[in-house]
Amino acid sequence: MRLVGLVVVSHSRGLAEGVAELAREMGVHKVRVEAAGGDADGGLGTSVDLIAEAVRAADDGAGVVLLADLGGAVLTAQTFVADAETEVELADAPLVEGAVAAASTAATGADLAAVVAAAHGAYGFRKL
Amino acid sequence: MNGNEFAAWIRRAAELVTADAQRLTALDAAIGDGDHGLNMARGFGAAVAALDALPEDATPGTVLTTAGRAIVSKTGGASGPLYGTALRRAGKALGDVADVDVTGLAGALQAALDGVRELGRAVEGDKTMVDALAPAVAAFEASVADGDALAEAAQAAVDAGEAGMELTVPMEARKGRASYLGPRSIGHLDPGAASTVLVLLALLDVARAEV
Repeated sequence: MRLVGLVVVSHSRGLAEGVAELAREMGVHKVRVEAAGGDADGGLGTSVDLIAEAVRAADDGAGVVLLADLGGAVLTAQTFVADAETEVELADAPLVEGAVAAASTAATGADLAAVVAAAHGAYGFRKL
Repeated sequence: MNGNEFAAWIRRAAELVTADAQRLTALDAAIGDGDHGLNMARGFGAAVAALDALPEDATPGTVLTTAGRAIVSKTGGASGPLYGTALRRAGKALGDVADVDVTGLAGALQAALDGVRELGRAVEGDKTMVDALAPAVAAFEASVADGDALAEAAQAAVDAGEAGMELTVPMEARKGRASYLGPRSIGHLDPGAASTVLVLLALLDVARAEV
């Protein structure tokens, strides 16, 4: 079965890789989770080229959900989605909780819309 | 304006944002993350490099979409998608016309503004580049409707853009890092509005050279 893939977009390479690592675990290592963190030179920022590369790697044929941290990362991800020729959607979700919810849901074989909904639903999980 | 004149606009914008990079970064350090000057210089520098690779007879639409794509790809901050989208939308609005008149340019500027508004979801009063761009586009259109030539319309856009930029000082930010500062964002000029004025000034410089 083809599974929805995930791409974690963050201003920080370390943050993106850390969230991707966590999401892979929650996706029981079946879900493709790629990190697109930092700018093209590895500094803080975001890169539409890095996102494109990560989406290609995450795409298993069932679509890819993007999760982004803040501001410029959200705008860069949206700009990528607007031009994308493959099935890809940016989830309106908190980064860590959204990635965990999305990966868990994707691992069940859920479709793109269901994975996006799960990520968005992560806003409802209170910590206290 | 033909394709070379549009390219001259982008090249002049690159010069102005690079020359003012330290001021933009200082403005951004006050309420943002302090990288606006660097990002603008990098993004417009990439746009110039992309234009260098275009053929001499590239259309205005191709010039703007090429510059916009380079800016999205290389900027690294929020200004990349915003300026990149603005230029690409403007380029798309121009289609494949070889010589753009002031009415065509007014339409392209409006398309750029629409693109920025949609992507950034900012309205006037949010303390963003929209506070400079929106009045500038309106002034350009009004000037064109009065029958003015390019240089007069560009001057009207610069004047309105500068006035809009100054109005961001007393505003409380509702977008970006500055919005986390709440009332402490008041009293600072918005760096995005400042860089927008530089891009408008570049258009004026090109328009004046042409007259």
